[in-house]
Amino acid sequence: MSKAPDKDELTGIDTTGHDWDGITELDNPLPRWWLYMFYASIVIAILGWIWYPSWPIWVGEWTYSKGIAGFSKRAEVTAELQRVAEGREVYYQQIREQPLEAVINDPQLLRISMAGGAAAFGDNCAACHGSGAQGFVGFPNLNDDAWLWGGTLSDIYQTLQHGIRWEADYETRLSVMQGYLADQILTRNEVSDVVDYVLSFHDQAEDEAAVARGQVTFEQICSACHGADAKGMKELGAPNLTDAIWLYGGDRATIYETVANGRAGVMPAWAGRLDDATIKQLAIYVHSLGGGQDEAN
Amino acid sequence: MAGAAGTPLPPQPNKAAPLYQKRIKIYPKRVSGLFRNVKWVVMLITLGIYYITPWLRWDRGPSAPDQAVLLDLPNRRFYIFFIEIWPQEIYYLTGLLILSALALFLVTSLFGRVWCGYACPQTVWTDLFIWVERLVQGDRNKRMRLDKAPWRLEKIAKKSITHGIWLVISVATGGAWVFYFADAPTLLSDLLQGDAPMAAYIAIAALSFTTYSLGGLMREQVCTYMCPWPRIQGAMFDADTYLVSYKADRGEPRGPHKQGESWEGRGDCIDCKACVTVCPVGIDIRDGPQLECIQCALCVDACNEIMDRVDRPRGLIDYETLAMPQARAEGRETRPKLLRGRTIIYGLSILLTMAIMAYGLLTRSDLDLSVQQDRNPLYVLLSDGGVRNGYQLKIINKAHEERNFIIAIKGLDGYELSRPNHQGPVDVVSVGPDAQKTIRLYVALPKEGLNASRFRDGEAQIRIMLRQEDDQASGDLGDSARPVLASQNIGFRTPPQR
Ligand code: SF4
Ligand code: SF4
Repeated sequence: MSKAPDKDELTGIDTTGHDWDGITELDNPLPRWWLYMFYASIVIAILGWIWYPSWPIWVGEWTYSKGIAGFSKRAEVTAELQRVAEGREVYYQQIREQPLEAVINDPQLLRISMAGGAAAFGDNCAACHGSGAQGFVGFPNLNDDAWLWGGTLSDIYQTLQHGIRWEADYETRLSVMQGYLADQILTRNEVSDVVDYVLSFHDQAEDEAAVARGQVTFEQICSACHGADAKGMKELGAPNLTDAIWLYGGDRATIYETVANGRAGVMPAWAGRLDDATIKQLAIYVHSLGGGQDEAN
Repeated sequence: MAGAAGTPLPPQPNKAAPLYQKRIKIYPKRVSGLFRNVKWVVMLITLGIYYITPWLRWDRGPSAPDQAVLLDLPNRRFYIFFIEIWPQEIYYLTGLLILSALALFLVTSLFGRVWCGYACPQTVWTDLFIWVERLVQGDRNKRMRLDKAPWRLEKIAKKSITHGIWLVISVATGGAWVFYFADAPTLLSDLLQGDAPMAAYIAIAALSFTTYSLGGLMREQVCTYMCPWPRIQGAMFDADTYLVSYKADRGEPRGPHKQGESWEGRGDCIDCKACVTVCPVGIDIRDGPQLECIQCALCVDACNEIMDRVDRPRGLIDYETLAMPQARAEGRETRPKLLRGRTIIYGLSILLTMAIMAYGLLTRSDLDLSVQQDRNPLYVLLSDGGVRNGYQLKIINKAHEERNFIIAIKGLDGYELSRPNHQGPVDVVSVGPDAQKTIRLYVALPKEGLNASRFRDGEAQIRIMLRQEDDQASGDLGDSARPVLASQNIGFRTPPQR
């Protein structure tokens, strides 16, 4: 509630006229230094407008008063990023020059590689392999210990550099899992028998006779790439058919589909698209996800 | 208060209040007496603590600094004698602040603004600066005369000596501050040689400026206009709080008194204004309790001196509660009521806070382990049909020597550990002195282990345990072994529908 300013009876000081349930506010004068500081802050604000960019201005399009100091936050950020990149370059140079084994044995380079690899993975790889590298149907999970083309540091590095079935790169990893039914190499029954034989590795085959027939076909055709023991061959990117990991699925229908129509997953070659230091960092990062194999194996 | 029974002022023409008020300069007069002496002692002790503390040494072994009180910001450690605080233990500091606040509340509800009057840095430094001023320029009357005098050599000399000494004290104050944040002897020699970090010079400059301006120039303006504490304190006084008060019932009617005159029919106050001239905030305590009064009790000393001289009993101005004059008027006895609802609550809160902090400090472990389970992916199916989970372990070794720990998992049988890019035994982790280490730990469980009854809805509850490597007593770390530290329960996940 506001009343007309009045004089307070006890103190003889004017009130502001503001009254809350009988409590009134005294209009005491400010201390002089306080008032002068208030004026000074107004002056400083105006100097700030002149010194720094501040007011939006319309000159046919929106711009702003630039300020006489030539200050720009954007330029500051750019310079800052530039400084960071320059500081990083020292280490990136070392990563480029040194073999992968040496990089992971240098604690500082390893730390940088893990951080850089994680960031580059999120930017480039996560679209297909998932942000946790957990993979999707047709895109392998990079956390597990099954590798089509090998899981050592140098295997992973090579895959990253040249990709898989990436035509633009003549060193790309190449292999063919053709469609044996589609290409009329096998009949429906023969395909079905081979599927039975593959399922028998997992104790899921139902028909003993079919398994026996499938085995004959497998040894004639499939073993060329997948090996006589069906454990795969990393030189050919041929998966181990006896383990628990399936890229497309391990049920009868999916395996039938795979044998009948073939599979040909593609991964881009990253050499030339990414800095070699970044590719090495990615190799180190992926190798550390839990399934990385030692060079000796 | 003064006008509680006052007559309404006659109506006056309503002039607009002035926008600002010129500051009335205060020239506190010298006084001696009990409370002045207490203030000298408190000043010596507080300034002594402030200037000397950073130079005290405290042996913590070779891997930690030997400064008794050190707030090591770059390395994020606070050392306070036997206490060492890590960033995540900053709640000890919170506890200390809560304790200080409660102690302040308790003292204030018992004896009013004791903090303001005796111990507040603003009061202590202002007191020191007034002492310097008096030393150079003389007491109240001489200072008033000097200020009125034209600017001649004597005035210029006295003023510049005063300000010079103030500046020296200010720089010493700002200088002492930075020693709390770095090794004092090293920093001192760096400061003198000009190689100390820029931040140190800036801090010294800033603190010198505030000490000089607040203690030398602003003084009572800080207490009256800037500090929130005087406003809050009103809520802590009650009728039984001891405040510096003028006994109006004994002093009035006041008036000059000639030696030999009778004291009949008049009050004891001889209106000499000694209480006003000594007051560092320039108020008249006879007007009743006032916001500006910092309760330094110098007016008590001043009036006692006068009472001695006119041969009346001391204590016309004294520590008194609001209930006392009322009791006197009614002819009742008054006894101090120190135990009241609010003081008991404040006191108990202090004890409780102290107990909690003491418990925390006494049971503080020098080892800490926190475990985070990977969320993406939650689990990894392995080629042999087994499952692997990933964890991030953060091990904090607060001891001043390197320690080796053996990691084991409680709640899984036949697990296998692995760590990326790690050389040496997979289950041994060494953490440096006074350091923390983060490791990634993969725990794989083969297919056979997955059918154990421990799994509910595809998840088992496990604990990650640490044992010190040289500790042979606990033997093999199985479920029964005694670890030095076990993590909280954490999940081990397997694919659904197993
Ligand atoms: S010092 Fe004591 S006697 Fe003198 S004016 Fe103050 S209250 Fe009165
Ligand atoms: S009135 Fe008395 S107690 Fe209050 S500030 Fe002045 S001298 Fe100190």
